[in-house]
Amino acid sequence: MLDVDAVILRYETQDRVITAIDRVSIAVGPGERVVLLGPSGCGKTTLLKAIAGFITPAAGSISLHGAPIRGAGPDRIMIFQEFDQLLPWKTVEANIAFPLRATSRCGAAEATSRATEYVGKLGLTGFARAYPHQLSGGMKQRVALARALAMKPDILLMDEPFGALDALTRETMQDELMRLWDELRFTLVLVTHSIEEALAIGDRVAVFTAHPGRIKAEIAGGVRAVDAEFPALLRRVRELLAEDQPPA
Amino acid sequence: MNAQWRWLGGSTATRRLIIVLLICALWQGYAAWLAQPLIFPTLTDTIAAWLQGMSSGELPRRIAISMKVLLIAYAAGTFLALALATFAVLTRLGADILSMLTAMFTPLPGIALMPMALLWFGFGPSGFVFVLIHSVVWPVAINAYAGFSGVPAILRLVGRNYGLGGLRLVALILVPAAFPSILTGLRLGWAFAWRTLIAAELVFGVTTGTGGLGWYIYQSRNQLQIPDVFAGLLTVIAIGLIVESVIFQAIEFSTVRRWGMQR
Repeated sequence: MLDVDAVILRYETQDRVITAIDRVSIAVGPGERVVLLGPSGCGKTTLLKAIAGFITPAAGSISLHGAPIRGAGPDRIMIFQEFDQLLPWKTVEANIAFPLRATSRCGAAEATSRATEYVGKLGLTGFARAYPHQLSGGMKQRVALARALAMKPDILLMDEPFGALDALTRETMQDELMRLWDELRFTLVLVTHSIEEALAIGDRVAVFTAHPGRIKAEIAGGVRAVDAEFPALLRRVRELLAEDQPPA
Repeated sequence: MNAQWRWLGGSTATRRLIIVLLICALWQGYAAWLAQPLIFPTLTDTIAAWLQGMSSGELPRRIAISMKVLLIAYAAGTFLALALATFAVLTRLGADILSMLTAMFTPLPGIALMPMALLWFGFGPSGFVFVLIHSVVWPVAINAYAGFSGVPAILRLVGRNYGLGGLRLVALILVPAAFPSILTGLRLGWAFAWRTLIAAELVFGVTTGTGGLGWYIYQSRNQLQIPDVFAGLLTVIAIGLIVESVIFQAIEFSTVRRWGMQR
């Protein structure tokens, strides 16, 4: 479905050109949960932005359903780490309905009813008429998730969506995401630097190395911290990531 | 400071009312002591003149004339300003044009354009409208553009993610996201326009034959109806206060404060 083929991503700083992603290929099939895991600065977020269409690859190709990606579009909805991705002038319900209306996907009535449906799915009932500034960080990310899922995108892109949350809320949100996936079976590409999060959420985890960003290994995830195989897997990923760390 | 004021009553409204009453008492006392109604009429005479002006329909008529000109110019100026700011946020050329124009025209008082406006637009309200648009457009445009530029990058990304670009991005994302700034511009534009209008009417009211509130003040002075002059001045203040602290305050509370974008 999503095909990333030998993609090179570069960006310019004042005095030089930096290669963030170097010849990365990865294919994501329908209903898969793929996690891009790596240290800060390995270019995983840049790759996600390229999939979203915010950045154009210097070489290689990214295609969805066989058609190359040209620019951003509502078939790939991205969820960011920042809480202020919600529109502060709209209520929770109006935030969820906004992209449905802005993309002319739904009429006003259908947008509202679908927004109400996803308010319920994400446990936001009672907050439907609240404004974003009245919500906690975890609630805001719930709204962002509801807004994205209500669009029923071909692929959901998440850029460290729970990175700014406290540890407890973070785990709750991970469970919530898995519960929603069980229900809706969306296709997910999630970026994180937390090994635990990657192993819990991804059924495939692509481990990145930095400078330049490359995929070093791909391992099977779907393992929670309470599972028996978790410690061994955790150690393996740590070793993979540690090999590239410059000696301290 | 607070402790000294507390005995006067807890709320801001009470304290302000006391200050207003104090000013009224000073006015009344001084004018009565001066006893020269042609120089400085008492408050009671002024209020009587104001009530008389209101009940005869003279003041409401003058207010209506001024407000009509003002509202036309304000609407046109705001529209023009938003168009300029939109052009500026979408293109580099627009940004250069806007910053050049605002730098050039901000220091130029609207009233200075009035003599030429009369030549260009003839006698009538068009000249006033032109000058008022000049007063409104620059503060609104510069604040709207500053607001657009300050919109968090993430909100633009969110908009682009939904396929929004160009005018639709401006209308659906940038305008509401920049609303605190736009509102500041609208307030400034209003204040400039109101003062410019009253001043322009005072000086040029006769030539245009449109007798608004400013012209009423000037005319009353020429006829030595000094309480009417003061009634006119009070009306100017009252309208300014109502627009600022009722209308704009209401807009602020139902928008940016409600949205938590301004505290």
